[in-house]
Amino acid sequence: MPLSLEEVRRIAELARIGVGDAEVRAVQAQLNAIFEMIGGMQKVDTEGIAPMTHAQGRSLRLREDKVTEESQREQLLSVAPQREQGLYLVPKVIE
Amino acid sequence: MLNASLKDLSAALAQRKISSVALTQLFLGRVAELNGALNAFITVDAEKSLAQARAADERIAKAAAQPLTGIPVAHKDIFVTKGWLTTCGSKILSNFVGPYDAHVIERFNAAGAVILGKTNMDEFAMGSSSETSFYGPVKNPWGRECVPGGSSGGSAAAVAARMTPAATGTDTGGSIRQPAALSGLSGLKPTYGLVSRYGMIVFASSLDQGGPMAKSAEDLALLLNVMAGFDARDSTSIDHPAENYTRDLEKPLAGLRIGVPKEHFGAGLSADVGKAVEAALAQLEKLGARRVPVGLPSSGLSVPAYYVIAPAEASSNLSRFDGVRYGHRAKEYRDLADMYRRTRAEGFGAEVRRRILIGTYVLSHGYYDAYYLKAQRIRRLIANDFAEAFKRCDLVIGPTSPTVAFKIGAKAADPVQMYLNDIYTIPANLAGLPGMSIPCGFGKDNLPVGLHIVGNYFSEAKMLNLAHQYQKATNWHKREPAGIQP
Repeated sequence: MPLSLEEVRRIAELARIGVGDAEVRAVQAQLNAIFEMIGGMQKVDTEGIAPMTHAQGRSLRLREDKVTEESQREQLLSVAPQREQGLYLVPKVIE
Repeated sequence: MLNASLKDLSAALAQRKISSVALTQLFLGRVAELNGALNAFITVDAEKSLAQARAADERIAKAAAQPLTGIPVAHKDIFVTKGWLTTCGSKILSNFVGPYDAHVIERFNAAGAVILGKTNMDEFAMGSSSETSFYGPVKNPWGRECVPGGSSGGSAAAVAARMTPAATGTDTGGSIRQPAALSGLSGLKPTYGLVSRYGMIVFASSLDQGGPMAKSAEDLALLLNVMAGFDARDSTSIDHPAENYTRDLEKPLAGLRIGVPKEHFGAGLSADVGKAVEAALAQLEKLGARRVPVGLPSSGLSVPAYYVIAPAEASSNLSRFDGVRYGHRAKEYRDLADMYRRTRAEGFGAEVRRRILIGTYVLSHGYYDAYYLKAQRIRRLIANDFAEAFKRCDLVIGPTSPTVAFKIGAKAADPVQMYLNDIYTIPANLAGLPGMSIPCGFGKDNLPVGLHIVGNYFSEAKMLNLAHQYQKATNWHKREPAGIQP
């Protein structure tokens, strides 16, 4: 089903990607073309088929709840756009 | 030296015919000479490479070398590399210097190989042409107005143009195999879970696999020996017993059953590609393999299912790029939400934004069942098709790509047209099966054609055996593009 401009804006907001008024129509057209291709999935009846999430049906490996990691705080902070006193700096969230 | 196999390079190093430093300088020279025209590399750092080469020479002198010690390898810029810029072909990581090494990089370092540089790619591995990179398109050494394929196009062009003896790539929907086919080299996507994804910047968690790209199956086997192996830091890594992937290369093909799926020889296949693949099948029969018709009836659903699953997983995975902890951050913003919106709108290219939006929609409330769940059911049908086929054959063989390399810009305006390039490669990713492409001839405009080989889970040694025997009887993999050597 084709997306409306309103829906395009809604999913852009969910994805936190700014889509300007100038480009929203073009994005809508491209997405709708892709959804038309995806619509081909409806051609087949998949009633009763179990969804497959992993190639060999394995589930996530668990491990012992023991601390094995070393702190790499300085190294990981070194690539941060803005930091202060060992913390990542972002615009104020809490009023 | 430029055309030497990895085995021969290793022997030359061991016999001190050449040092790793000299070998590395040779290939650095090739990069300097050709990268302006081909744009295969994003980052080169001679100082770092030569430091590794010197260490390798010391190791060789102490007779402590392994098969890849001292040999330069180019890495797709998707593998986080400590101290090296790692961009994933994106503006959003254009300032990101790796704070650690990916598992694959660690393995190559431990083996004593030399990092030659980081290769260009479609942004976040989303593409089949290497045109969407923030750093500009990669050119196909076989025809510089053509694409090399994608998303591992930089690695493909680098091997094809003899700028590097070997390279790494990643494959989510065909991104090792399709560029290998379009650029005339050999490439392998391992069984899902065989190669650790730790430090391999994620696109689609259930589909991504890192793998080798080189001039021959024999080379791929040596590279896979280094790359494969359990890693506890990758929760999807499989604890499969270690194998020597060269062990079955010399086995005769007599009695090997090759399954040929009729669905991969239908309307979408270009005649020139079909002709080269048919000739390859005939050659394999001459070598003793037995052709068996098989059906992959759900094949036609693989592209729609993939373009639900991969974007869905990407939308979740790429939410980490928000300007907070690393990468690009917008310069101006009103508040946190605005910072996210601008950072991501500025930092991501159009194809990446499209796929994130598709993925966000198909996972959103009310649409999950109709899209994501439906696609995962189709995924099981596709895996079941292969399971049935492997009851009657050992390997499934067909064309890797529906056409030879297309012109840069020819498909960029129509995403759906671009997506159809992956029609034969995607099923193996959805099923988690290993897949390979090897050169099997030339098509229109003297551009390379690739032969696609899919094996059952963990049958890489068998696939490499077939490929190696084919390469012993043919010369397609030895051909090189015109105009790359003086």
